[in-house]
Amino acid sequence: MQELIRELTEGYGPSGNEERVRTMIQEHVQGLVDEVRTDALGNLICVRRPTAPGSGLKVMLSAHMDEIGFVVTHIDDDGFVRFDLVGGNSPFRLLGQRVAFADGTVGVIGTEKIDEIKDLKLEKLFIDVGMSGEGAKSHITIGDMATYHRPMETSGDRVIAKALDDRIGCAILVEFLRRKAPSPHEIYCVFTVQEEVGLRGATTAAFGVKPDLGIAVDVTSTGDTPKARTMDVKLGKGVAIKMKDRSLIAHPRVKDLLLATAEDRDIPHQREVLEFGGTDAGAIHLTRGGVPSGTLSIPCRYIHTPSEMVDMVDVRACVDLLEATLAREITL
Amino acid sequence: MILQQLSEAYGPSGDEGPVRELIAEEVRPHVEVLKVDSMGNLIAAKGLASSRPPVMVCAHMDEVALMVSWIEENGLLRFKKVGGIDDRILLSRAVKVGRKGVHGVIGAKPIHLQRPAERKSVVQSTDMFIDIGATDRSEAEKVVEPGDYALFDTRFEVTGDGMLKGKALDDRVGCAILCEVLKGDYSFPLYAVFTVQEELGLRGATVAAYSISPALGLVLEGTTCADIPGTEEPRWATRLGGGPALSVMDRASIANKDMLRRLREVAEREKIPYQFRRTTASGNDAGPVSLTREGVPTATVSVPCRYIHSAASMASRSDFENTVNLVSAFLADLSQRGY
Repeated sequence: MQELIRELTEGYGPSGNEERVRTMIQEHVQGLVDEVRTDALGNLICVRRPTAPGSGLKVMLSAHMDEIGFVVTHIDDDGFVRFDLVGGNSPFRLLGQRVAFADGTVGVIGTEKIDEIKDLKLEKLFIDVGMSGEGAKSHITIGDMATYHRPMETSGDRVIAKALDDRIGCAILVEFLRRKAPSPHEIYCVFTVQEEVGLRGATTAAFGVKPDLGIAVDVTSTGDTPKARTMDVKLGKGVAIKMKDRSLIAHPRVKDLLLATAEDRDIPHQREVLEFGGTDAGAIHLTRGGVPSGTLSIPCRYIHTPSEMVDMVDVRACVDLLEATLAREITL
Repeated sequence: MILQQLSEAYGPSGDEGPVRELIAEEVRPHVEVLKVDSMGNLIAAKGLASSRPPVMVCAHMDEVALMVSWIEENGLLRFKKVGGIDDRILLSRAVKVGRKGVHGVIGAKPIHLQRPAERKSVVQSTDMFIDIGATDRSEAEKVVEPGDYALFDTRFEVTGDGMLKGKALDDRVGCAILCEVLKGDYSFPLYAVFTVQEELGLRGATVAAYSISPALGLVLEGTTCADIPGTEEPRWATRLGGGPALSVMDRASIANKDMLRRLREVAEREKIPYQFRRTTASGNDAGPVSLTREGVPTATVSVPCRYIHSAASMASRSDFENTVNLVSAFLADLSQRGY
């Protein structure tokens, strides 16, 4: 599974530019699903028909393909590129970072002279692509997007990479399909677009799928680093079952179903309350007349940096829990 | 020109009636269907004999404004802002209150009565009032009531070398362009939607797009422009006279890439100047249109407007005309080559 995670996290896919990640996923799910389609916004919708007898639901599993990035707003005559943020980020994280554009052009983020670090504002920053004005303009145009440029690394069971938010969710859905576990449910694995800019892909995908049950798979913060903001989620302690975040209060019966299944099967898990942030489930549960929804989260340190860190124990637990939950009939 | 009437017309968010009537009269001879939905959006359609999927082009009718919230004993009116307005541009502006257009002026405590600390900060809109010349509350109540809107009292003018000055160019320029575009004939069902309450949260477009369920969406806007002294070029967002501005991304949507490519192709082929909107700030009707039902490929074309959301914006006539040309050519291209 780590090779899949490497391929997905090293791929280029800022919000609105998910095509390459979508192509990768399309190749991996080939033969594992009965139908694949792409909708108007670019969501990849993969349908697996029921593979076991019993009364089944239409279940939408969602993981977003897009990652945060940078959008070009201006290129000056010396080739320096000004940019805005795509998704949540802070100038303090960006100094000296390397970024890459779709065509492979690599740049470094530099800053104008500042007297004090508190003066470090986004408009002081630029991307230096090491080219003349003419050179830069021949490779890059206004509206092009860049992402962090970093390879994946491992340390034991820990994986460190950019874009684990939410390629790890994508990898989990692919791995879930690979296991081919029998299920009475019609399962829609939806790889969504534009989550980082407002849960947009999930909004239209859920309208089209009309699910009976929605489960988003995404990363969550942790409280297990020195003097971290208090949060009862730790890396390596299992898949996090969401109680609440800014976008969703998990549907009580979905939450109970996930908790009971995890306890039943001794799958390592923890309860999660996230103070900030939201996931695709926030959009799914408000679709049409409402969809009972929940979220399975992978604890992740340093979210939205080039070095997000997850633990494979939690990743495997998440796949196990999805498989176990969807193996049996569900009454909501 | 229709833009003059539109700019001077009354149409705050939530009370767009007079603007709607003006537009309805203007487009009636050119369309097959003209209707108003439950929120007040004006929907004008033509090309309905075609079995191709509908294309929705929209511009919002509403403008930012003030709303009377309380009448003081002495006849002065307290107000709230409707839409995003910078407090600094309000003081001493002439306004018209209500559909009847009662003349007033925005006042505040004069400088010589302000404490030193007050002089250093911007007067908050909550400390301002509208003076309509009434001597007490009962006199004021004869002509206004809480809930009445107040609009900037600004005459539209053509000035300089083809510059357009007026209030509410955001988005009466879009409305005027859409009126022009409706004069053309297209081989697909074209739904021109003049939306309401954009400035309060893209509300009209949300329901209009749901009911039309278009295959493509195009939003026409007046957008921010800061090509002024003291601002470095990277932060201009757009340049007056640089041609229609194509949005790449803002707070509400990321433009559909295929539509953006096609708009550029059409502009280059027809030799129409264009520019990118070089900021991601703010949002427009493209947000809700693009997220309608199962998703709608959507793009935005805007006319740059300096001093947007103020008593008087400035736009370039050539940008306006080039935007009409670009949108017309784009729709003609859809007619010929499909979408």
